Amino acid sequence: MIDAGDTTWILISSALVMLMTPGLALFYGGMVREKNVLSTFMMSFALIGLVGMLWLLYGYSLSFAPDLGGVIGKLDFLGLMNVGQEPSDIYASTVPHLAFMVFQGMFAIITVALWTGGIVERTRFSGFLILATLWFTIIYCPVTHWVWGDGGWLANLGVLDFAGGIVVHVNAGMSALALALLLRPRRGFREGDPMEPHNVPMVMLGTGLLWFGWFGFNAGSALTSGGLATNAFVATNASAAAGAFTWMLLGWMKRRPSALGAATGAVAGLAAVTPAAGFIHPLVGIPIGIVASIIGYYCILWRTKRGIDESLDVWAVHGMGGLWGALATGIFASVTINSAGADGLLWGGGLQFAKQIAGVAAVAAFAFSGTWILGKLVDVTIGLRVKDEEEVVGLDISQHGERAYGGILP
Amino acid sequence: MKKIEAVIRPEKLETVRSALAGIDILGMTVTEVSGRGRQRGISLQWRVGEYRVEFLPKVKIEVVVLDEDLGRAMNVIVSKARTGERGDGKIFVLPIDNAVRIRTGDEGENAI
Repeated sequence: MIDAGDTTWILISSALVMLMTPGLALFYGGMVREKNVLSTFMMSFALIGLVGMLWLLYGYSLSFAPDLGGVIGKLDFLGLMNVGQEPSDIYASTVPHLAFMVFQGMFAIITVALWTGGIVERTRFSGFLILATLWFTIIYCPVTHWVWGDGGWLANLGVLDFAGGIVVHVNAGMSALALALLLRPRRGFREGDPMEPHNVPMVMLGTGLLWFGWFGFNAGSALTSGGLATNAFVATNASAAAGAFTWMLLGWMKRRPSALGAATGAVAGLAAVTPAAGFIHPLVGIPIGIVASIIGYYCILWRTKRGIDESLDVWAVHGMGGLWGALATGIFASVTINSAGADGLLWGGGLQFAKQIAGVAAVAAFAFSGTWILGKLVDVTIGLRVKDEEEVVGLDISQHGERAYGGILP
Repeated sequence: MKKIEAVIRPEKLETVRSALAGIDILGMTVTEVSGRGRQRGISLQWRVGEYRVEFLPKVKIEVVVLDEDLGRAMNVIVSKARTGERGDGKIFVLPIDNAVRIRTGDEGENAI
């Protein structure tokens, strides 16, 4: 039975989540050097096109169609077969099946876009598109099915992931780390060349759009427009606020309260509350955000000291934030908030905490190793890294034949 | 004819410009430049760490003057652009072979 309020909210949420990918492009684009800003933008924007099509053609089916062995969806929904204006038999029974489908599609787009932050400023665009197609098909769709698909093995195990802490953030974060290690650092990174963010206001604008869109991401994942969506909405804002403020203070303790730091903290808080938002009391968003920023901050310090050029810290901010949030779900979740959830460690649900660990570990291991293999495959066949001179000139010109800010002529 | 190239602190530009106007030196070209001398760079911060910026923003004024005006012009720039701290900048003086006012075709000192 279609509910007008629920349908409205899911369609608006789908649009909000769509806006996060351009927001992510701004967030990432401001942090790279001027010569690579369009390339960084395109690694997000091109996916709105590519994944936007693949999702309709087969991605939704592999993720959400009736189960095959707990690992993948069958082909019942291929090319939107059996996906129409009536609600699905299984998912979101109060909105059109198409609305549920397109909402999930926006998640697929941004998840692929997320890991591009690990390999900016050196990735060959053609190789990237091939890798994105493979990753979407072989990593994203199965993982989504495991956790959210009816009959998925992690769903059957009882792993809780409200809006994608595991499916989106752990998955993308571990993949970014694998690709960064595979692709090696940018030229000059280990020599200490400054990799100065070329436009911090752009990063702040992107953060604002991500934060705004995240209300659709998390509150939309209630798949209804009532109390549960509101709970997730408030928890999301609490965690983002706490994350931003905490990172600002961490920077201040060493030097100054940096704008880039506050923006990073907001995103860490948002990523961390994602798996938990619909299972926890909204106030718990605050400790989740605080801890997410502390973890992210020290993970960046660690990877910088190790000389790992996971350039825009997808692993530290999203991967580790999502990991923490998934575990926090196993600590703070309560059936008084969401009867479809479970009680976490705090309410005697030790088993749920163990399930959360299992879910995170399975997806992290699969994402890291699977992505490394796919990346290697693309690298040895068509090449995933630009030539040295292309990297020096910048990817905007070498990959796209454009430059962001024009020259001396009007 | 001499050309004065003065690299100064950006915040001193307006003071220097009006003082030069006070001795009837009006024409100049101004460029935003980056550079360094003995002044060290500054340290900025990223998400967790710091990075150094070795070249700091300065302004370069280019003025072409008659030989007899050179001393006064340099005195004005030095006195108005000075703070006494490192980073005040430098003045370079170059000979000029010729000058042309494009509108009229006037050459040499008449073009200045």
